[in-house]
Amino acid sequence: MTVVQERTAAAAPPPRRPANPVWAFLRNSWRQLTSMRTALVLLFLLAIAAIPGSVLPQRSVNAERVAGYFAAHPDLAPTLDRLGMFDVYASVWFAAVYLLLFTSLVGCVAPRLVEHVRALRSVPPDAPKRLDRLPQHAAATETTGEPAAVAASVAATLRKRRWRARVRQDDNGGWTVGAEKGYLKETGNLLFHCALLAVLVGVGFGAWYGWHGNRILVKGADRGFCNAVTQYDDSSLGARVGPGDLPPFCLELTDFRATFQETGQPKSFRAQVLVDEDGKESSRTFWVNNPLRLSSAAVSLIGHGYAPMLRYTDRFGKQQTKAVPFLPDKAGMLTSEGAVMFPDVNIDPKTNKRGEDLQVGFEGIYLPTASTDGRPASVFPAERNPVLFLTAYRGNLGVDAGIPGSVYSLNRGQIASGKLKQVSGTDSGRPHELRPGQAWTLDDGTKLEFLGTQPFVTLAVRHDPTQSLVLVGAVLGLLGLMASLFGRRRRIFFRLSPAKADGVSPAEADGMSPAEADGISPAEADGVSPLAGDGARGGRTVMEAGGLPRTDYPGFDEEFRDVVAAARGDEGTA
Amino acid sequence: MAELSNQLMAITVLAYLAAMVCYAAEYAFGNRSHIGRAATRELVGAGGPPTIEPVVVEAPRHRGDLVGKIGVGLNVLALLLHLGTLVTRSVAADRMPWGNMYEFTLSVSFVGSAVWLGVLSRKPAIRHLGLFVALSMVVLLGANGLIAYTPVGPLVPALNSYWYVIHVSTIILASGILLFGAVPATLFLIKAGYDQGKTRFPYPLGKHVPAAETLERLTFRLHAFAFPLFTFGALIAGPLWAEASWGRYWGWDPKEVWAFISWIVYAGYLHARATPSVKRTTATWIALIGFATMLMNLFGVNLFFEGLHSYANAG
Ligand code: HEM
Repeated sequence: MTVVQERTAAAAPPPRRPANPVWAFLRNSWRQLTSMRTALVLLFLLAIAAIPGSVLPQRSVNAERVAGYFAAHPDLAPTLDRLGMFDVYASVWFAAVYLLLFTSLVGCVAPRLVEHVRALRSVPPDAPKRLDRLPQHAAATETTGEPAAVAASVAATLRKRRWRARVRQDDNGGWTVGAEKGYLKETGNLLFHCALLAVLVGVGFGAWYGWHGNRILVKGADRGFCNAVTQYDDSSLGARVGPGDLPPFCLELTDFRATFQETGQPKSFRAQVLVDEDGKESSRTFWVNNPLRLSSAAVSLIGHGYAPMLRYTDRFGKQQTKAVPFLPDKAGMLTSEGAVMFPDVNIDPKTNKRGEDLQVGFEGIYLPTASTDGRPASVFPAERNPVLFLTAYRGNLGVDAGIPGSVYSLNRGQIASGKLKQVSGTDSGRPHELRPGQAWTLDDGTKLEFLGTQPFVTLAVRHDPTQSLVLVGAVLGLLGLMASLFGRRRRIFFRLSPAKADGVSPAEADGMSPAEADGISPAEADGVSPLAGDGARGGRTVMEAGGLPRTDYPGFDEEFRDVVAAARGDEGTA
Repeated sequence: MAELSNQLMAITVLAYLAAMVCYAAEYAFGNRSHIGRAATRELVGAGGPPTIEPVVVEAPRHRGDLVGKIGVGLNVLALLLHLGTLVTRSVAADRMPWGNMYEFTLSVSFVGSAVWLGVLSRKPAIRHLGLFVALSMVVLLGANGLIAYTPVGPLVPALNSYWYVIHVSTIILASGILLFGAVPATLFLIKAGYDQGKTRFPYPLGKHVPAAETLERLTFRLHAFAFPLFTFGALIAGPLWAEASWGRYWGWDPKEVWAFISWIVYAGYLHARATPSVKRTTATWIALIGFATMLMNLFGVNLFFEGLHSYANAG
């Protein structure tokens, strides 16, 4: 890395006007930003910046828990909110850290990319004068063949082992082979860092052009839903998506099946829906881990529960039926809590007016399998002994005020202020028990019937246009990472000189240049076996080799010995 | 079968404990034991009769080596029992043994232990690390049994996916190796301090451990091997599964956040190690911070935070 920095510095135009402090400052800052140490610091900052998002509830993950936090810490929460602590991963400071990191990344990778392309296009360097000074060295041995032929065959052996090799002739009738391997390491490293950029860009565009929403869907033909912002319980559109951009399709839940172990642990969930997309209707089944893939969105099954069906008959004999989802608790046995509101009842058909305090609401719990000991908790998630416990209220439900409250409970404020009065169980203190098919006549003669339940599913509907790009980026990044971590850059050199009958290379005998004579130490010359008068065809060659690992590579000696043996062996069998 | 698994688990802990005692004994009397040698020198120097010398020097040397070998044997036995615990657990549950935090920790620690014995068989010289490994295993498994024990049960549907199997198995493997990687990392720091002549508490332990360079290289190789595996398991297979299961590939759920943090910190370690101007001890400290974030994810997140992954909750 330092090498790269020096390169960029050297390549910068010579400062003709020496004192331009602004330019100098900018250049220094850039160099600082793209240094490896800064990258390290920024990586750390990113790790630290991510922590609050796991400690504090996040809007993007669970908005209800954020609301809960506000209620529990009314002093602290607004301050934290101003700091973006409930939207950490969308906050300005989090973005600042990763944008700086990625700027640094670009500044670091771009020059390395140029450098690497240059290295890939250049040829492996020539052998150094003294091979015995390299970390790995194989003493000279003699083999049959002319140096040129041996060099060619050594190069062929190396190339077969996927080395890049270059044969050169030196001035003394000898030949050298310079070979290099492990370019993949740097290639992989650059690929990895570029892939990180691709992933970031993909995630960014996905956030801009994607959208998602959650919706509870109760079984039944009259309770279907169509893809529009207003039809979601909560939704979030990317910055570049308008409500009109949502692709049109409609879903209706036609069946839902859940199976359970005897312990109550779920075994399987399966939802069947009628899909109306692009004018075509089709029946599709999906389940957990196997979302419904529409052409323009994916629909995942992320929850389920029961919606009790209730029919209310008011003072004037008019009936209204509702199936209202009850929210299951976390215990897994589907003890569910909810409220059913009838705001538009008890309207006098003659005057078309309703007494202010004649709205009706019910609140309570539903137990698919009530326990025999009377505890208000379900003991099994399927409906084996279904019971609905309700308390009735009459008055002003407070639903017209425009403040959206929880749909799973009645308005506490209205009850506290006495505008909504409890009208059942006031003396016993107990809610009324209803089994499917039972009816309950209230104090004013109006009637509530519990018709049974319908299943409901919670759906997550999502469209993310760059999902595949991100996946491709991640996979390429992983491949690059492995190449980078396990790749090893190394060089091997061979020097092949013609052998003399007495075992001394002609270069030496001819009295070659002092520098070249330095190439073979006397010790090695001694090591050459004098095979005088052998009578081999085509002359003989002295082969010497050296190896240079360019990155941390503990096993290089083995590979080096291997390659040298192959170079010699090939020659021997030829 | 479930009962058998629980009993095997208890015996496994005992076997690790026994191995630990042997390693500790070797540590105190072993042939590389400087404590033993120092004691001998003192005795001789104190002018005791010369006959003491061979007795004191020879006997412990021999015994130390033997005790160390017994320690390794017990360690192997513990590993087999550990495997037995996992296998019986799988048979009892009729699925892979990683459906909850208890099983997950059991599997991760098994991988860590197996990696340790694998490395040991290739480099017998590092046997002195055994004490630390066995100690970690006893603590980890003990805590797991006490805090996180969960009765055998089937997988909830959300976990019934082949991506889940791939995701969890690679994470288990990677976490096991990364967690084990903290042992040579710690010892390297101790050794480096010892070599600099530090005398405060942990540093004198550096007497008995292998050369600093060996430890450092081992640390790096374990991390370099585990990092891509972790990348695959946590950042590719995990999101693929999450997309199929929850409809989004990444949602900043606490478990995801901490996996991200661990990944960033380990990337920082690899960076630091590749930067010549950063000292190797500094880089190794970063690896240990990574270790802490892994522990946080393994235990802390399950116990403290509520998230989609909380099926992994204890109890
Ligand atoms: C987005 C954040 C980044 C991540 C997650 C990341 C991750 C990694 C990882 C895991 C490695 C190890 C691979 C190996 O050793 O070959 C690595 C290597 C490297 N990174 Fe980064 N990196 C990031 C940003 C940067 C930046 C900003 C720079 C430039 C300042 C940089 C420069 C390098 C270099 C030069 C290496 C090669 C080290 C070597 O010689 O092995 N990286 N990076």
